[in-house]
Amino acid sequence: MASCGLAAGADEIYRALEKSLPDSVKLEKTACLGFCYAEPMIELVDEHNESKVYGNITLRDIPGIAEQKPPVSKLMLDANGDAPANAQLAQQVRIVTRHAGRIDPENLQDYLDDSGYEALRKACTAMNAQDVIDTIKNSGLRGRGGAGFPTGLKWQLAKNAKGDKKYIICNADEGDPGAFMDRNVLESDPHTVLEGMAICARAIGADEGYIYCRAEYPLAIKRLRKAIADAEKGGFLGDNIFKSGFSLHIRIKEGAGAFVCGEETALIASIEGKRGMPVLRPPYPAEAGLWGKPTNNNNVETYAAVPWILLHGADAYAAYGTEKSKGTKVFALAGKVKHTGMVEVPMGMTLRRIIYDIGGGIKDDRPIKAVQLGGPSGGCIPESLLDTPVDYESIVQTGAIMGSGGMVVMDDTSCMVNIAAFFLKFIQNESCGKCTFCRIGTLRMLEILQRIQEGKGVPDDIGKLEELSEQIIASSLCGLGKTAPNPVLTTLRYFRDEYLAHIEKKRCPAGVCRALVHFTIDREACTGCTLCAKNCPVNAITGSPKKPHTIDQDSCISCGACYTVCKFDAVIRS
Amino acid sequence: MNNTIIDVIKKYEGIKGSAIPILQEVQEIEGYISNDTIREISAVTGIPSAELYGIATFYSMFRLKPQGRHTIRTCKGTACHVSGADTIASAIRTHLKLPENENTTDDDRFTVLEVACLGCCSLAPVIMIDDTTYGKLTIGKLARILDSYT
Ligand SMILES: Cc1cc2nc3c(=O)[nH]c(=O)nc-3n(C[C@H](O)[C@H](O)[C@H](O)COP(=O)(O)O)c2cc1C
Repeated sequence: MASCGLAAGADEIYRALEKSLPDSVKLEKTACLGFCYAEPMIELVDEHNESKVYGNITLRDIPGIAEQKPPVSKLMLDANGDAPANAQLAQQVRIVTRHAGRIDPENLQDYLDDSGYEALRKACTAMNAQDVIDTIKNSGLRGRGGAGFPTGLKWQLAKNAKGDKKYIICNADEGDPGAFMDRNVLESDPHTVLEGMAICARAIGADEGYIYCRAEYPLAIKRLRKAIADAEKGGFLGDNIFKSGFSLHIRIKEGAGAFVCGEETALIASIEGKRGMPVLRPPYPAEAGLWGKPTNNNNVETYAAVPWILLHGADAYAAYGTEKSKGTKVFALAGKVKHTGMVEVPMGMTLRRIIYDIGGGIKDDRPIKAVQLGGPSGGCIPESLLDTPVDYESIVQTGAIMGSGGMVVMDDTSCMVNIAAFFLKFIQNESCGKCTFCRIGTLRMLEILQRIQEGKGVPDDIGKLEELSEQIIASSLCGLGKTAPNPVLTTLRYFRDEYLAHIEKKRCPAGVCRALVHFTIDREACTGCTLCAKNCPVNAITGSPKKPHTIDQDSCISCGACYTVCKFDAVIRS
Repeated sequence: MNNTIIDVIKKYEGIKGSAIPILQEVQEIEGYISNDTIREISAVTGIPSAELYGIATFYSMFRLKPQGRHTIRTCKGTACHVSGADTIASAIRTHLKLPENENTTDDDRFTVLEVACLGCCSLAPVIMIDDTTYGKLTIGKLARILDSYT
């Protein structure tokens, strides 16, 4: 029961099961296994401890389940490995998400039963601080927040920094639209993140920590609060942990809705209670961070990998991945892919394998057009480059960035000019306003894109977009501005034809740009089924049942909803 | 002076950097942050009103106008965008008879806001009404959902 499952109705299923299951069956909650497309899901474990997982459960399945006759057609995973979704799981390596969907995230004992806090015990009682840092260095772990900075090195800098007081921060701001890995990890296994933070604090000599979590994740915050309280009670956080003299107090800071606060200097300003405006680095947080003290900041996923690395050794982690990108990466698969959800794969797997072999391919088997990585700082990678392996360097070569793990798949119904404008609008809303080029330059770019979408573009516009992009990259202080032109630059690089079609032929090939498409109903083909009228968001379609319908062109917003739902090809797009 | 505000501020006495959580909690209780509220918080905490106002306008979560009884957040994330979020947003406005330049319905039943991403991308398109998330939305489902709120 994580946010996806709950939104799909898991709570209702749980309550129904509570009522109808016989006493001999024990009912437990767990979190997200990553198969979000098949939520709500249940796992049945029989008396021989054999497990079967079923998906897309509805209230109608409950009586059968109560009588031990589960809906066979909905089987997803079984112990033999030949159920439909087993292959998806078999291609993954679950390190960060090793507990997701396997334990009750609100139950500390569940975590302890699977070596929980053993890595911290080791760090406190059997290793010295430098050993811990060396292990992380040797594992090759790099920051999962986007930039991929070597984590061991970062910890070393914070350890070496002189100061009477040090802090650690966990960046759980996850602002990239299209990304939800961190939410899933926090909701499914909060103790892993706390344990990773504690190990880091122990290694660098910090005794206070903050988790900066966006307020849009109420369930993650709730589970974190409980996990912190339980861990303090259990002696895994708080004073004198494992009687080693090491103490750590962790607090949660809720974000207040500002994407730029994911940038670490803005995040620190926000924790200090100020407007989240980035400042120039150096000094880096490792020297002068929160309240001017040495501070280590890592992403949720980075911390979550740490306990596993300490328990299994640096070599075991480094055995996965490529030469420069070690270990695994969690991706949030979304958009027009069949199996939306959370996947964890060894670095170096190709995009094609992730999207087709694990993701099941494109919905309705339409052609894939692009995959978007890195959110507003990233770019759209075209079909021709789907054999690119996911590692930091290879992805950067395409013009996108690895980013934090959002992977949004787009089919031929997405217009790339529209997507570029979508991200620039996001940047416009979220730019803190400090640097002129980020504030005004992106607005000028957005205006040009909007003009192109309205069919009013001129040939010179592409050159202007490229020129502005260069200037914004060169003269913005933080990563937000420096990467803001990426979505435009990558779409210009791979989908220039589409821009040209808008500018020269005043045509939107994907049929998305509202000023360039018109919808009418073919009176011969229309059966009067009323489906289009029911799905028109602005009630622009009228007609009596079984009679041909008409679209009122004045109120029509050209959204294409009627075109998509019509089963008789009676809606004509021109 | 408003007692609830004083109670909230007391909780944060001596804790550094509390301006944001104080504003968050006061908004939770009062529904929005009024100019009077800002002046009162400033008077008790000593944080200049300009700074508080600066914070309240910087973060998108703070609301400076009274809100409807229920808040609808339409997700504008990438996955929702490619799955027809704009169409859903138009349908909500049409159903609630809410003009493009307003956010709260005449009867104060709903305030409609946009949110950058709710993180439920696998169920796109998604909206959140108060604390409940609705996924895999279609226009067909929308009316029944909206009408269930009074
Ligand atoms: C505009 C902007 C937004 C960012 N958002 C996030 C975020 O949501 N989560 C995150 O972990 N890092 C984010 N970062 C990166 C952080 O600044 C920082 O590099 C990261 O938290 C370091 O952790 P890591 O080394 O574990 O990756 C963002 C950076 C920029 C420029």
